[in-house]
Amino acid sequence: MKAKVYVSLKPGILDPQGKAIQHSVELLGYTGIDDVRQGKYFEIALAESADQEQARESVGRMAREVLSNPIIEDYRVEIEG
Amino acid sequence: MKFGVIVFPGSNCDHDAYHVISKHVGQPVDFIWHRETNLSSFDALIIPGGFSYGDYLRAGALARFSPVMESVKKFAASGRFVLGICNGFQILCEAGLLPGALIRNRDLHFICEHIHVRVETSDTPFTNEMKPQSVLRIPIAHAEGNYVCDDATLQELQRQDRIIMRYCDPDGEVTMTGNPNGSRDNIAGICSSGRNVLGLMPHPERACEDLLGSTDGRGIFRSLAATLAAVA
Repeated sequence: MKAKVYVSLKPGILDPQGKAIQHSVELLGYTGIDDVRQGKYFEIALAESADQEQARESVGRMAREVLSNPIIEDYRVEIEG
Repeated sequence: MKFGVIVFPGSNCDHDAYHVISKHVGQPVDFIWHRETNLSSFDALIIPGGFSYGDYLRAGALARFSPVMESVKKFAASGRFVLGICNGFQILCEAGLLPGALIRNRDLHFICEHIHVRVETSDTPFTNEMKPQSVLRIPIAHAEGNYVCDDATLQELQRQDRIIMRYCDPDGEVTMTGNPNGSRDNIAGICSSGRNVLGLMPHPERACEDLLGSTDGRGIFRSLAATLAAVA
């Protein structure tokens, strides 16, 4: 079983890296880009025997307490069976 | 009075802090390895700058889980003094001992230069020997020093006089040109509601020797020493 955790900056938090990336891709000629936001992505391998609901709860806690900083970031958890 | 300088894997301003305490404050000081949990012999702690745990995940995020940090929380809750400098400030925010967070600098650069900060209040154990509104020339050295917090937190910090230093122009004007990293409200340092925990992005310990181009940082350590002498 695998957990995927996506951590992204909250709306309204300045993302200078996203801005720099947007600027660079626009220089390359890509058009129609309104905004770029950079985030983090985690893949967590879980024991095959793990209970899916328990895994969701446990990884959710991990995302909230460690992988993200709730002052500046949001997170989303996906569990793949 | 005894000072402790906490050392995490990746701390690199620990010796500077130790030097300043032993030479300029003239008091006993020990290094404290991050796995230590007994802080009972200390009166004040310095969480020094550097790159604890390589700044992996987020600056200060992993140091927060070191064994010493639970003891630091109790130490702070007992009213004793904690000074976090640069990475130390980031760790204090991640640990919830100070509000807000420090994100990537506005212009993305790692900035290593002398800047100016204005001392906003002498009503802290760390600034009581300094004049409010005095301007210090102190180095910064960080990539994540851009202070952010929500509106309610900012208003609380302002109302409770907890913004201790603001980035400013050389003449003391708080302006965007004097703000090196985009920090909200030009914040360079804040204290806890109990005023005994201070986080600073600038490095006062690197501004205590004539040879290093500025001695403006000494006031912070003199203030703390004076506070400790008064309570002893």
